[in-house]
Amino acid sequence: MDPIRESLLKKSRQSKVERLGKLVSFCCITLIVLIVLAIFYFVASRGLATFFHDKVNLIDFLTKDVWNPSVKDARGLPEVGALPMIVGSFLVTILSALVATPFAVGGAIFMTEISPRRGMQILKPVTELLVGIPSVVYGFIGLSVVVPFVRGIFGGTGFGILAGTFVLFVMILPTVTSMSVDALQAVPRYYREASLALGATRWQTIYKVVLRSATPGILTAIVFGMARAFGEALAVQMVIGNAALMPHNLVSPASTLTSVLTMGIGNTIMGSLQNNVLWSLALLLLLMSLVFNLLIRFIGRKGALKK
Amino acid sequence: MNVRRQDKIATVVLYLISGTIILILAALLLYILAAGLPHVSWHFLTSPARAFEAGGGIGIQLFNSLYLLVLAMLISMPVSLGAGIYLSEYAKKNWRTTFVQTAIEILSSLPSVVVGLFGFLIFVVQFKFGFSILSGALALTFFNLPLLTRNVEESLASVQGSQREAGLALGLSRFETVTRVIVPEALPGITTGMILGAGRVFGEAAALIYTAGQSAPALDFSNWNPFYIASPLNPLRPAETLAVHIWKINSEGIMPDVAAVSAGASAVLVIVVLLFNLSARWFGKWLFKKMTGGD
Repeated sequence: MDPIRESLLKKSRQSKVERLGKLVSFCCITLIVLIVLAIFYFVASRGLATFFHDKVNLIDFLTKDVWNPSVKDARGLPEVGALPMIVGSFLVTILSALVATPFAVGGAIFMTEISPRRGMQILKPVTELLVGIPSVVYGFIGLSVVVPFVRGIFGGTGFGILAGTFVLFVMILPTVTSMSVDALQAVPRYYREASLALGATRWQTIYKVVLRSATPGILTAIVFGMARAFGEALAVQMVIGNAALMPHNLVSPASTLTSVLTMGIGNTIMGSLQNNVLWSLALLLLLMSLVFNLLIRFIGRKGALKK
Repeated sequence: MNVRRQDKIATVVLYLISGTIILILAALLLYILAAGLPHVSWHFLTSPARAFEAGGGIGIQLFNSLYLLVLAMLISMPVSLGAGIYLSEYAKKNWRTTFVQTAIEILSSLPSVVVGLFGFLIFVVQFKFGFSILSGALALTFFNLPLLTRNVEESLASVQGSQREAGLALGLSRFETVTRVIVPEALPGITTGMILGAGRVFGEAAALIYTAGQSAPALDFSNWNPFYIASPLNPLRPAETLAVHIWKINSEGIMPDVAAVSAGASAVLVIVVLLFNLSARWFGKWLFKKMTGGD
């Protein structure tokens, strides 16, 4: 055959490399998607077994407040009311976000509006370093500092929602602060100049212009911090007291979804009701992290529309 | 109250808030180091832990953490590189790409305890790897993949389009352009992200409790054959890491010097993570200088 014709019809080395490279990178991305789907499938199939296989009523599971999976109640149904854990999880999450928000937003305003030089030199590196501190270290500090402190002031054991709130507050503070800084920095400079030119003071500019236009970004930061607090397991488990009871006050031992999971999964037999209800809690955790995700997307879309 | 006074008050309040933040964060760091460093010695870093008597170290746990880190990074680096390349270079803007990006975002926001439980279900129970380094490394990979992938994607996307055009104009295929031109250009960013990811993996505990296990059997550091049961390199042995160790001794509370050991271990953990963070910045800058030829 004519060598020119042959070289024209044959695939070049380049196109073979291209095919192979594209295929390999496509496999990598497929793998990640498969992992996500597998996580959902397996956790859901285990978690739903409580309701389909063990015939636990979903409403009872979500609203009853007695958690004692190995004991059956008067009607012969296992006592698996997850309300104490759900309340515990939401309480520590919301309280820690409430405490952290003013600090984070205030710190972020200081870094971007009041004293950028000092803020960027001191506050920013410190918060960035603290984002990386492992959660067990926060748990250990909570155990050795926060719990005795709470015990000294409020009495009791010191373990409970309040100690959990303190630990989570310090834990999510760096994350929320640095995300709020990004949000404030994204506000165009001419917004501030326009406001100052109209005769507004610095605080009026911050309050009426900068904060207003950075609201979606700051909300995203807060929801992100809440998602982190909600899913945090070990640091909370170490200071919350691990009693699956309805929290009557902030300093009595309580528990969260994650703390019950960490304590329980190793002590139960695969496929038993006691184990399945734990997977239901994991499923609940998974769904909540989805909700937080959707919330962040929703806020992002709303914020984007305004511009 | 006039606006000037409001402005003054607000400024003072903001100063106070920032001062409090710095105070809290500095006290935290100082406490960890001050409480922990007196307990850190060569003996502490190298000797095995003791369950019922004082004077134990964290030698095996430290080695386990490092080994697990290396394995997890070895698995997750190529996968995240491939996935990042696909997302940044090949993916078209359509619903499938949006779906993939959503999936990655969801994976990165999953609580690590859920990832750990999934690893437990799949590797420990279904595949019968048992509580092992391998199960732990794979769980850590799941935990690490989304963040690394996003980092690679962003680093690649920040390379200018003209570089791609130049590569294609020289007759390179698209993939060769990526591997020979774009990836080297984006290398500083990618490396920084990988080192930060390694720091995160080093401190992770919740994903490891039910995958790598909570026991650290004695190791024979003279036998490095990976198939020997007490070999440090055996990937199928249970391996309690440093972070898991801190959690476990505190929740059991039977070790007499638990406070001292956990303070020392926390200090070591924090110092290593800080080293990772600092070296990530420094190394990224150095690499950038080196590859761009001067400042």
